[in-house]
Amino acid sequence: MGMGQRKRLSNAILTAVFVIITVIYLYPIFLVLMNSFKSNASINTDTFAFPNSETFMHWQNYIKGMTFGDYPFLKSVAYSFITTVLSSALILICTSMAAWYISRVDSAFCRFVYYLCVFSMIVPFQMVMFTLSKTADTLKLNTPWTIPVIYLGFGAGLAVFMFAGFVKSIPRSIEEAAVIDGCTAPQTFFRVVLPMMKPTFISVGVLEIMWIWNDYLLPYLVLDRTKYMTIPIHIQYLRGSYGTVDLGATMALILLSIVPVVVFYLTCQKYIISGVAAGAVKG
Amino acid sequence: MKTARKRDASAHSCRLITNPIRRWGWLFLLPTFAAFCVGFLYPFAKGLFLSFCKFKTTSKWTWVGLKNYITIFQDEGFLHAFWYTALYTLVSMLIINVLAFAVAYALTKGIKGSNFFRTVFFMPNLIGGIVLGYIWLMIFDGILGHFDTAVVLETKYGFWGLIILMCWQQIGYMMIIYIAGLQAVPEDMLEAARIDGASSWKTLWHITIPNVMPSITICTFLSLTNGFKLYDQNLALTAGSPFKTLADGNVIKTTEMLALNIVSSNTSNSKGPGQAKAVIFFILVAIIGLLQLAATRKKEVDQ
Repeated sequence: MGMGQRKRLSNAILTAVFVIITVIYLYPIFLVLMNSFKSNASINTDTFAFPNSETFMHWQNYIKGMTFGDYPFLKSVAYSFITTVLSSALILICTSMAAWYISRVDSAFCRFVYYLCVFSMIVPFQMVMFTLSKTADTLKLNTPWTIPVIYLGFGAGLAVFMFAGFVKSIPRSIEEAAVIDGCTAPQTFFRVVLPMMKPTFISVGVLEIMWIWNDYLLPYLVLDRTKYMTIPIHIQYLRGSYGTVDLGATMALILLSIVPVVVFYLTCQKYIISGVAAGAVKG
Repeated sequence: MKTARKRDASAHSCRLITNPIRRWGWLFLLPTFAAFCVGFLYPFAKGLFLSFCKFKTTSKWTWVGLKNYITIFQDEGFLHAFWYTALYTLVSMLIINVLAFAVAYALTKGIKGSNFFRTVFFMPNLIGGIVLGYIWLMIFDGILGHFDTAVVLETKYGFWGLIILMCWQQIGYMMIIYIAGLQAVPEDMLEAARIDGASSWKTLWHITIPNVMPSITICTFLSLTNGFKLYDQNLALTAGSPFKTLADGNVIKTTEMLALNIVSSNTSNSKGPGQAKAVIFFILVAIIGLLQLAATRKKEVDQ
């Protein structure tokens, strides 16, 4: 057997192995899909069986899931969207501006703020959670429309760090030219600096969206839970507060909560993977 | 002379751009800084302070000194959570990194469909911890149900269940970092090894691995911090079950990790010890962070 042939054979084997792993990897999602159409009893006893005429529930689990737990699921979806979109937008705009200011002015105070931001990156949420939830209550930051301020505060560290790293890598001369041409600082930032920041903007955006959409503990402690739930809180609430859980409805809701994530992933895959890699390497 | 003039010129250009920006500090820096104070600085400082106090609400406290810290180091539940977390972190770090490296290594060999596999393996990383926990709870209980048992009934099921869950979630993530590292290995070094007749095993050990050391460092520390801070998945999968009653009447949640232990002690009535636990937790995570910084700095000097 020649070298080329052997290589081709080993590659074929490798491909086959990966196909098997892929199937194993996708199987949990497939199981959720399958079980979301099955009756409660059969999810428990025959988790891996296909639905049959006896156990097939049509859309019943989905219909039940929508209002299951005395709280409309769509409301949680809406609050998840509001929280994620507003918080990410606020973080992106405010921290990119702050990072530019910090790296360009570079005064003692700026350096102090910068190091505080870096420091905040290694502080786990449990350290601040108790006082933070009380502060949020006092300042009325406990709604989906005001929680972005909390996310900006707690999430500023990584975002400022990544933006500042980028600003330091671009030459001042372009901004100087803009200033000489009579641009004010905001004009310089929005017309000259921001367009150059696009790759970092996307990386930070992806990281923030993924963090906030999936975040459980922060909104659980901060939001007024009688009025507002996000998807993770909703799902945990169903499992946590009911003695016997309606597994079918839960599976239906889990599937519905995965769908937006998968759509987001498939449409922005390139940005997501490179954004995550950038965040990991820097953070 | 030359450097002095250069410094002069750069100082001048600094001022050129700095002065106009400075005037707009309230617009650029203030929103982030104000939110940072509300969302981080104040809660952090107050949290640190309250760890030395007895309190039920943040406004009613009495100073007790180190008493909270003494209490938590006698708290068997907390100590158990610490060792359990350390063991989990070590095991998951090893397994996740070895598997992620193997997958990345194979996927950079130019096999058909590499991009597709990469896409699939990364996907679970986007699903939130709570949802992940319940997906795998269903699977594990589906399997264990045939043996008349369940995940929440035995500590070892909870432990290995969490390892499997986290492998499923994190291998794809670490794989992406390893792939970036592997693609940066100089082609001419690999070529030279091939010409010299080095076996692929030898090439892997002596050329590839030394060259991807930065990626290995990053992934090692990432999985260390991820392991220590793990909360959502732990809560959703077992929430600490099964419980064990000790001879002295204390109850230990055998699969409870540090973060979960801290959060549950903060909902109880005496909140001082919970805050002290959080401070210890912060110090542990910070030590890992500083070690990481030292390790990456050292690498930069070496190169």
